[in-house]
Amino acid sequence: MNNQIFHHAIRVIPSSCKGCTHCMKQCPTQAIRIRHGKAEINGELCIDCGQCMAVCPNDAIKVEQDPFNQLENYEVRVAIVPAVFFAQFPDTVTFGEILGALYAIGFTHIYLAETGVDILNVLGAEEEEVELPLISNFCPAVQRLIQIRFPLLVGNLSRLRPPAQVTAIFARSELAQLTIHPGIFYFTPCAAKIAQFKTEGSEENKLFDGIINIDTAYNIVSTYLAKHDQMRKGSLTFSMYTKQALLWSLVKGQIPSHHGRTLAVDEMHNVIEFLEILEEEEQTNLQFLELEACAEGCMGGILTVRNRFLASERLKHYSQQLPETLDEAFKDRIRSQSKAFHDNILLPPFEATMAIGLDTDRSRALYKLQKVTDILKVLPGIDCGLCGSPTCKSLAEDIARNKASLKQCVVLKLRNAQTSSSLSRIWGDQAKAEDVQKDDRE
Amino acid sequence: MHQEYTIPAQDFSVAGVASSNFKQLLKQLNLPPKVIKRIIVAVFEAEINVIAHSYGGKIICELSEDTITVEIIDTGPGIPNLDLAMKEGWSTATEEIQEMGYGAGMGLPNIKKSCDRLSIKTKAGDHTHITLGFDLKEEP
Repeated sequence: MNNQIFHHAIRVIPSSCKGCTHCMKQCPTQAIRIRHGKAEINGELCIDCGQCMAVCPNDAIKVEQDPFNQLENYEVRVAIVPAVFFAQFPDTVTFGEILGALYAIGFTHIYLAETGVDILNVLGAEEEEVELPLISNFCPAVQRLIQIRFPLLVGNLSRLRPPAQVTAIFARSELAQLTIHPGIFYFTPCAAKIAQFKTEGSEENKLFDGIINIDTAYNIVSTYLAKHDQMRKGSLTFSMYTKQALLWSLVKGQIPSHHGRTLAVDEMHNVIEFLEILEEEEQTNLQFLELEACAEGCMGGILTVRNRFLASERLKHYSQQLPETLDEAFKDRIRSQSKAFHDNILLPPFEATMAIGLDTDRSRALYKLQKVTDILKVLPGIDCGLCGSPTCKSLAEDIARNKASLKQCVVLKLRNAQTSSSLSRIWGDQAKAEDVQKDDRE
Repeated sequence: MHQEYTIPAQDFSVAGVASSNFKQLLKQLNLPPKVIKRIIVAVFEAEINVIAHSYGGKIICELSEDTITVEIIDTGPGIPNLDLAMKEGWSTATEEIQEMGYGAGMGLPNIKKSCDRLSIKTKAGDHTHITLGFDLKEEP
């Protein structure tokens, strides 16, 4: 069992939240409830996918953000920048100009995060003891979704270190001659990466010194570009990368690295539908699955600025001028750091959290399960969400867990008007059932 | 705790609905993933058997603290030769059903492998009553 306390990067801003239930109904792990008129996120179930933020009509859900001046704490400031960042800019801004601006605002070294793909290829890294189909661990929200909702599939998750982590290890190793304490910063397109990085003891937490949200970096770079007509162009510290690496975070980007029958599924509800089938299916004949929480993969990350399709297209267009393989000089440069990867290529095995269980004690869980079934027979089954739980079933589960009351069901209350009001508990003091009924009589 | 599912004959479009529903219940009981997998493999196979071979039937699940018992009761036509049906690869499925990807003759053998206790009461022309027992003690 995993006892790690998982950090969350997504926050509800109570002053903006109207308790409208949009986020609650969208949440793929049913982690949101409305209490006292505001959305509340259950940390045990939240996977930081950002679906709630995408549907919030009141801008009441935010991703946490560290100040940019954290760079000042380091003499050597390394940016690990994923390709999706470059794709945020229109064609009028060249890759060289973006890199030039990043150096100008304070970075001393810049690596493309996906260079890790090339590094793993050169080092000949391989999976060990895999259960087929292998599921990519690249999308942190999907990885967490499987740990929480699909415990039968945790053994299928790839344990190969994702590219950005590999690049961070490589950069630290290469720069060791300059300093033993470089500041290594990752540019993130999503909240799920922040959550991983801020979780004490996580691999990301060990490898990166800071995390910078892509929208913030975009604004800083754009501001710099707007103020400077004559830009000095920059280049990557590890300057060349392959087509395969650049396209890695696009939908189907990981497919060329795998043999046999493969499949790429993007967008959360597609991923969930697919995982449900996969959990039951004995033989799919599939070797590898690339699953991405966001539509169009990382190009659709919640911190991205530009239209996801335009972003994908820019990378695809740019990739046409890139080589299929690294040249020998770069291969040698990678091999010269191979010591840093000794015993360091694979992640520890993933564990299921079992957070969807009703109780850790089986007899109590069984009792609660019976209770859920009994309560469900009474509830109207229309999933209106007015009780503050996303579905009638989830209200039944909340009641069985002693986290809610049957009195919260508005439909039952209207059918039986004598029962006392609990609407204020759900919706705050503005909407009291008695008041509404009194007004009706007058 | 008691749960029942009605399984229609010859409707492959709903194959797996009952076992999927049952899987959601098992997940909420905090059973080890390996145990859930075992149970679901067996119940899924049994569900397919009822759809493919019978005139329709029921799956009745009984959950207790230490064991799970699943009864699969159909309305006929019974298994004429049970010894053959237990043999891997032996199938009576029609060509039409095999073309749909079912009827590989692994149904009962797979069920037997996945459960801790199996009893089958059947005879030609009568209904078939299968009882599966699963022990829930932690697996190493």
